[in-house]
Amino acid sequence: RKVTAEVLGQLEHLALVDFRDAEGVERLQKAIRFADQLQEVNTDGVEPMDSVLEDRCLYLREDDVTEGNCTKELLKNAREKVEEYFVAPPGNIPLPKLEDQETFLQGS
Amino acid sequence: AMLRASLRQVSAALKEGHVTPTELCQRCLSLIKSTKFLNAYITVAEESALKQAEESEERYRRGQPLGVLDGIPIAVKDNFNTAGIETTCASNMLKGYISPYNATVVQKLLDQGAVLLGKTNLDEFAMGSGSTDGVFGPVRNPWSYSRQYKEKSVPKSHSEDEESNWVITGGSSGGSAAAVSSFTCFAALGSDTGGSTRNPAAHCGVVGLKPTYGLISRHGLIPLVNSMDVPGILTRCVDDAAVVLGSLAGHDPKDSTTIQENFKPFELPNLTDVSKLSIGIPKEYHAPGLSSEILALWSKAADLFKNAGAKVIEVSLPHTRYSIVCYHVLCTAEVASNMARFDGLEYGHRSDMNKSTESMYAATRREGFNDVVRGRILSGNYFLLKQNYENYFVKAQKVRRLIANDFVKVFGNGVDILLTPTTLSDAAPYMEFIKEDNRTRSAQDDILTQAANMAGLPAINVPTALSERGLPVGLQFIGRSFQEKQLLTVAKWFEKQVKFPMIQLEEVKRHDHGVFRHQKSASFS
Repeated sequence: RKVTAEVLGQLEHLALVDFRDAEGVERLQKAIRFADQLQEVNTDGVEPMDSVLEDRCLYLREDDVTEGNCTKELLKNAREKVEEYFVAPPGNIPLPKLEDQETFLQGS
Repeated sequence: AMLRASLRQVSAALKEGHVTPTELCQRCLSLIKSTKFLNAYITVAEESALKQAEESEERYRRGQPLGVLDGIPIAVKDNFNTAGIETTCASNMLKGYISPYNATVVQKLLDQGAVLLGKTNLDEFAMGSGSTDGVFGPVRNPWSYSRQYKEKSVPKSHSEDEESNWVITGGSSGGSAAAVSSFTCFAALGSDTGGSTRNPAAHCGVVGLKPTYGLISRHGLIPLVNSMDVPGILTRCVDDAAVVLGSLAGHDPKDSTTIQENFKPFELPNLTDVSKLSIGIPKEYHAPGLSSEILALWSKAADLFKNAGAKVIEVSLPHTRYSIVCYHVLCTAEVASNMARFDGLEYGHRSDMNKSTESMYAATRREGFNDVVRGRILSGNYFLLKQNYENYFVKAQKVRRLIANDFVKVFGNGVDILLTPTTLSDAAPYMEFIKEDNRTRSAQDDILTQAANMAGLPAINVPTALSERGLPVGLQFIGRSFQEKQLLTVAKWFEKQVKFPMIQLEEVKRHDHGVFRHQKSASFS
């Protein structure tokens, strides 16, 4: 059961990282095969576990402002900024479709 | 042998004025320089460390030290945020990133007067079990240069030997383990998600403590798996680990996954009577690939407890063999989520690509992450796809409960502590280790450690004996949730029995003249 090119493309799009080469795809295939072993375990009637601390209430603090005013500090680490804004390239431009992309997937 | 002393010993020396904080700091910094070939440190914060040492010295002069940790040189794994100091996670993604804040655990250590020498090397984003996959190169196990190891290896020529025979530290907190093991600091912080503190502790012959999930704050620890990560503590002896634990544990309002109960720091009693103890030996931890040497040591340890009067029984944790698969799915899924924050916009590496937001993100992540990280992100996203969510992610969460329940059952039946090996073998030579890829290695090496992360339980590696190759082998104790005192008390008793030998390093001998002599007695193996 191989992963389709469509799903591979979808994953690259969701993850915004690329498989880079056939080895990368094979790595995913191996990971899936490995994970399939889970199906051997009988989990009938077993609830999924989100956290080992599920029996406790998470601590929620009061909605009081206790710190902040560190704009300058935070902007220090950004490469592109204007006044107090982080600057991003234009949005709402979708990544090129799979067929138009210059990934190795075209060759397969 | 000031540098080779324990944290508590050197703390007493500071208090009595046998050594000053600045002297100690300078010695450590100097030793770091001469052990640079270990590649244990990514950043050495020389200026700020000396400043902290001076401030500590002033406090000692006034007779007002902050506590046991005042003036003690420590190191921190480079995935903890440290204000004003570069935090890289050994990745191109964060090269040049200067943290604007201290992780809570770092702040706590600094508030106690500890001296932060620098940030230690790791596998990129803590993904790996060798400390070989970071962008700053692999960490070398100090034991590679020990007399004990050199004596046991067949020399071809002296220089060829050292260059090609060096062994790995294990990982991913290899830098921290190497730093403690080579005496450049008295304690170090690591992190532990699947064994990343205990594994290198075992290979480097130091104590590695993974506390109960929820005991120590993760605020400022760059997250890998939010439901399993914990800060880890690496020291030269169990008593030291208890001291560091005492200064770190407790509720943090900035980390809502820390429990709210008051934590009372403790001193470890000197246990003499183990007859009331029940030690469980989980049979499934006799895993495929476990070396006969370690099996024998494990068995010997069990006998040690039995002969001392403890109840030692074989127990079963039936889902152990699925823990690696389960971990693989949950880990990659959480990683996919946690790595999403790295997009180049607010911090870290940013690609020059600026055609669109998405293409900038994609290029940034392409350039910033190594193969291992990218591989896990992609796998994680696969398991989280709508069509896979139930069969992989939710299924793994169910298996996680079964694994956690295995432990609940065993502890519920009267077992106090579990005794298991920590690693399958002693440290592999680097040239051997890199023959297999990261995922395969992690899957193999994590098998004995990661179930404790699944269940959130405290676990500790105690150095036990030297292997036939002259390298450290450790054994692991796993305790009940939040029962660190009991866990460490037993670990300390065991440590006392086995008398693990001190590493014989030429570099350290040259740096170290002092009043302390460490007792050398018959060792365990």
